[in-house]
Amino acid sequence: MAINWFKYSSPASFYSLAGKMIPIFVFVALILLAAGLYVGFFVAPTDFQQGEAYRIIFIHVPAAWMSMFLYVVMAFWAGIGLAFNTRLSSMLATAIAPTGAMFTFIALWTGALWGKPMWGTWWVWDARLTSELILFFLYIGFMSLQAAIDDPRRADKAGAIIALVGVVNIPIIYFSVQWWNTLHQGASVSINQAPAMASTMLTGMLIMVLASWMYSIAVILKRTRIIILERESHTAWVAELQKKGVM
Amino acid sequence: MLQGISLACVRGDRELFKDINFSLEAGGLMQVRGPNGSGKTSLLRMLCGLSNPAAGEILWNGASIRSLNGDYFAAMTYIGHLSGTKDDLTVIENLRISSALAGYEINDTQASEALGYMGLGGREVLPVKILSQGQRRRVALARLLVCKTSLWILDEPLVALDVLAVKLIRELLEQHLKQGGMVVMTTHQEIDLTATSTTQLHLA
Amino acid sequence: MFMWMIKRDLLLAMRRQSDVLTTLFFFIIVVSLFPLSVGPEMNMLRTMAPGVVWVAALLASMLSLGRMFSNDYLDGTLEQMLLSPQSLSFLVLGKALAHWLVTGVPLVLMAPVLGIQYDLPVEALFVLTAALLLGTPVLSLIGAIGAALTLGLRGGGVLVSLLVLPLYIPVLIFGAGAVEANMAGVGFDAHLSLIGAFLLVSLVFAPWAAASSLRVSLE
Repeated sequence: MAINWFKYSSPASFYSLAGKMIPIFVFVALILLAAGLYVGFFVAPTDFQQGEAYRIIFIHVPAAWMSMFLYVVMAFWAGIGLAFNTRLSSMLATAIAPTGAMFTFIALWTGALWGKPMWGTWWVWDARLTSELILFFLYIGFMSLQAAIDDPRRADKAGAIIALVGVVNIPIIYFSVQWWNTLHQGASVSINQAPAMASTMLTGMLIMVLASWMYSIAVILKRTRIIILERESHTAWVAELQKKGVM
Repeated sequence: MLQGISLACVRGDRELFKDINFSLEAGGLMQVRGPNGSGKTSLLRMLCGLSNPAAGEILWNGASIRSLNGDYFAAMTYIGHLSGTKDDLTVIENLRISSALAGYEINDTQASEALGYMGLGGREVLPVKILSQGQRRRVALARLLVCKTSLWILDEPLVALDVLAVKLIRELLEQHLKQGGMVVMTTHQEIDLTATSTTQLHLA
Repeated sequence: MFMWMIKRDLLLAMRRQSDVLTTLFFFIIVVSLFPLSVGPEMNMLRTMAPGVVWVAALLASMLSLGRMFSNDYLDGTLEQMLLSPQSLSFLVLGKALAHWLVTGVPLVLMAPVLGIQYDLPVEALFVLTAALLLGTPVLSLIGAIGAALTLGLRGGGVLVSLLVLPLYIPVLIFGAGAVEANMAGVGFDAHLSLIGAFLLVSLVFAPWAAASSLRVSLE
């Protein structure tokens, strides 16, 4: 019975804990976002090669990093959920996916916006952009698979398998795309060679990365809370919450 | 010996059953009863290892069937709602292939013998798709004759069978029980079988 | 039991030859559409050929994935496979192999003929065939995971393409790359060895992942 208690109470205690933590993370995220944007747009000097357009990296780079980190984090939690049959970790994985996909989309979009003034075209088949596009497909695949399955436990497990297969494949895909890119060098431009950055640029970017982390944690906790409510709607503690009207 | 310890089953938000305990000895028969939707099929699928119980454990000779895996499957035959026959294969191919996949390779003569016993003599080379429901059921049940497993888990084995076939299955089950085999089955039809011990499991 | 699995699936494919032919003709039609859409200029067709043939092979192999488990799922034979004393991974490996023999091998055999349509030089034809011979089993193996995960789902056919196509990308890159390298006069051994490595990795992991997926899908 001890296991049962653990299994059923865990989402409940997480629910209230997350509820207390979300405002903190939102607050920190807002502060950092304001600071990062200020540094990025007002403090950091104009780049002598790229002019003002380079400032998009304050959004592009954190988004690209987050998109990759979050996929790994998602696969990690999904894998834990599959291995130990812990429902909360699977719920976390499900909650991470949309945020990861959103950052991937932002990275692609800002990459395109950056490309226009830099190379005069919206899209270049650069190795990084292409990998990012494939990562976007992987996120979409994970989310569509989970959405297509009605039974939440099956959705968790199936999603975990595809996330783990994806995480094994990401290095292979990345490497393949790099190889492909070097083979077709003539057709593309590389964004690897960023000129040495001024230290304020770097500071601004790091603050933005931290802000993205805080934002992601807040949103993921919030989404996990919603998933918990959905899945636990038949349990006593949710009914009690409803009665108290604190939902 | 097959044992179930405080088994529970959850489908979606609904708890179908909980705290199901039973123990089935050699030569024992367990009949699972209950209205539609009470979880009979879910219980049988758990017992054969196709799904996991929401709580509780299933033991085969004292060891969890999860840990036994292949060894347990080698001792057990499950015949479910679906006949498990391929429409495009002939009757004899179906029996030979399904028993081979269950770990019992048989030749044509053995297969014909079993099919003859099940009243399918002369139909061996017909494709299963032209058979009637009852005949398909017989093809599936013929596996019981060739697979020498000790535990049979049968989900509504008598559905679609005529009087003659029901009598055949009854004989087959009694013989299996007499030899120390075990049977877990669900059925809506009355069937009286003599066994060393008979358990009735009622699901509400 | 492994052999029985392959034998069974080949026998079933023999009884349903139309399924095999449909996949093959799909492959041929897709490849033949490209000259009609971009024009018959031979130099352009030659550069396009490896990519076109590979993309068509990917799509053809993917389209036939639906059949890998779904028929067995519907008639209950898949349940019986899960209850076989033989490890499920082996049976899945057998099924993937049978899938390759039935859909992959005809594509490999047809590829040189289609390559001629695109005026590929003889040596490039050989490289194309060799790359497909090594690469198409990978498609069947990875595809088995997608097919197992989407078993019995609404819109499973479209979903499987979302799951599986991104995973096919490395094979596509090196498969088409091998032929391009050969036509550019550089060595193509590295490409083929890499596809070989993909094949080995997927031989080890894919049946296992697909078997776990099947257990999840049937629970």
